[in-house]
Order: sequence, then C-alpha cells, then structure tokens
Amino acid sequence: MIDAIFFYTFALMTLIGAVFTVTRKSAVHSAISLIVSLLGVAGLYLLLHAEFLFATQIVLYIGGIMVLFLFVIMLVNLDEAAKQAQFNGQKWLALGCGVVVGAEILFILAKGSSAFPLPAAAAVASTSEIGNTEAIAASLFRDYLLPFEVASVLLLVAIVGSVVMAKKRA
Amino acid sequence: MQIGTGHYLVLSTALLLIGTLGVLTRRNVVIILMSIELILNAVNLNLIAFSRHYGHVTGQIFAIFVITVAVAEAAVGLGILIALFRNKGTVLADEIDILKW
Repeated sequence: MIDAIFFYTFALMTLIGAVFTVTRKSAVHSAISLIVSLLGVAGLYLLLHAEFLFATQIVLYIGGIMVLFLFVIMLVNLDEAAKQAQFNGQKWLALGCGVVVGAEILFILAKGSSAFPLPAAAAVASTSEIGNTEAIAASLFRDYLLPFEVASVLLLVAIVGSVVMAKKRA
Repeated sequence: MQIGTGHYLVLSTALLLIGTLGVLTRRNVVIILMSIELILNAVNLNLIAFSRHYGHVTGQIFAIFVITVAVAEAAVGLGILIALFRNKGTVLADEIDILKW
C-alpha cells in the first residue's frame, strides 16, 4: 500500500515535470521542471532498490547536467528567442505520430506477455545480503571492466570536444 | 495494490513519448536537448525496472553507461550550441538552415 502511494507520487512528479519541460515558454522554467522530473525518476530508482543509481541521478543529473544547462541558458541570450513562436509547424503531425507509437508500445505491453515469455521474477532476496553498491562494484569492475575503461575515453573525448567547440576562435 | 514491473514500463513509455514530442515540436535547441535527457531517463527507468524484475544487477550497470553517454552528449551539445549562437546569433533549430536549398 505504502509502496503504491510512493510510486504514484513519484510517477506524478515525473510526468508533470516532463510535460512542463516540453510546454513551458521560458527555458529557465523548462530547466526547473526538468529538475522536478529527474527528482521523480530518482525516487523511482529508490523504490526499485537501486540506491547507487539514486545517488548518481541526484549528483550527476541534478547537480551536474542541470547546472550546465542553466549556465548555458544564462550564457546564451534567450530573451529574443522567447518572444518568437516556441513550436514549429509540425505540432499536430508529431502528436499523431506520438499517439501511434504510444498505442503500439502499449499494445505490445498489454498483449506481449504471451508473445515474449519472460521468466518469472527472480527471487529478489538473492542480492540482499550484500549491498546494492557492492553488487554494482563487483559487476562493473569485474565483468564490465573494458566498457568502463572505454567510457573514460568517451568522457575524455567529450571534454576536449566541448572545450574546442566553446572556445573563442583566435 | 501491488506495483509490478508493468507499472514502470507504462510510466517509462509515457516519459519516452513526452520527450519525443518535445524533440519533434520545440524550436529552441536548449529545450530539445532537455527532451533528449527525458528520453534517456525513460530508457534508464526501463533498464532498472528489468534489473529489479530479474534480480540481476546488469541493468543497473547499463544504466550507468547510459548516464555517462548522456553527460558526454549534454556537454558536447551545449558546446555546439554556444559556438552556433556565437556564429549565427540564434538558438532556434529551424533558423539554422544553411544546408537546405
């Protein structure tokens, strides 16, 4: 019962924040709505017993990416962009495509449990004697060590790329 | 009432569609980038719901990689945006049309 209350609270936060992110006129309002949405997703991670990702979501998304977004919004003058039309001409076309894709996914979700037989939910208690962070560390640094190292190269490329993009031409 | 994996999948579908509509309809590049973050969050929610469903930690590992790629994408995208604003003086996606004829 308490589970359901928390789930619906966080789901409502996520969806309302997402809708406001997409529909608000001012980019700062969009960014703040996105923070609400990301907080809701973080709460859902906690409900799913992914504590490490909950902390990562707060620190990286809300602390890192959103500050970057707000920084760029302040840096780039959006005042005159806010005076112009915010939506392009394909609003109804996009809405139709969204409805079609959504109906398709929901149809598969409703009917597909027999088409795509999932194994029964495993005994969740199997990882509960070691903590979530320990389990992630054991898997990340043992089974997925090479992807982890490749991700560090990706971040290096992103650092160099963004500095080169954003610096003033000499 | 029991909250199962299906609830999370429906929620992540809704989040994905809202993000997609944002990418398709907005003109401001900053808000298009925010909508991409929404889409990536929907994917992460899916991965973690299935990680919980199977009692296996691999979904969470992939969510960490998705977050890494999202950070890199946001940094490079906003760098491009600043360079674009300096050269063209606009952040509206449909005014950046020099490849169109």
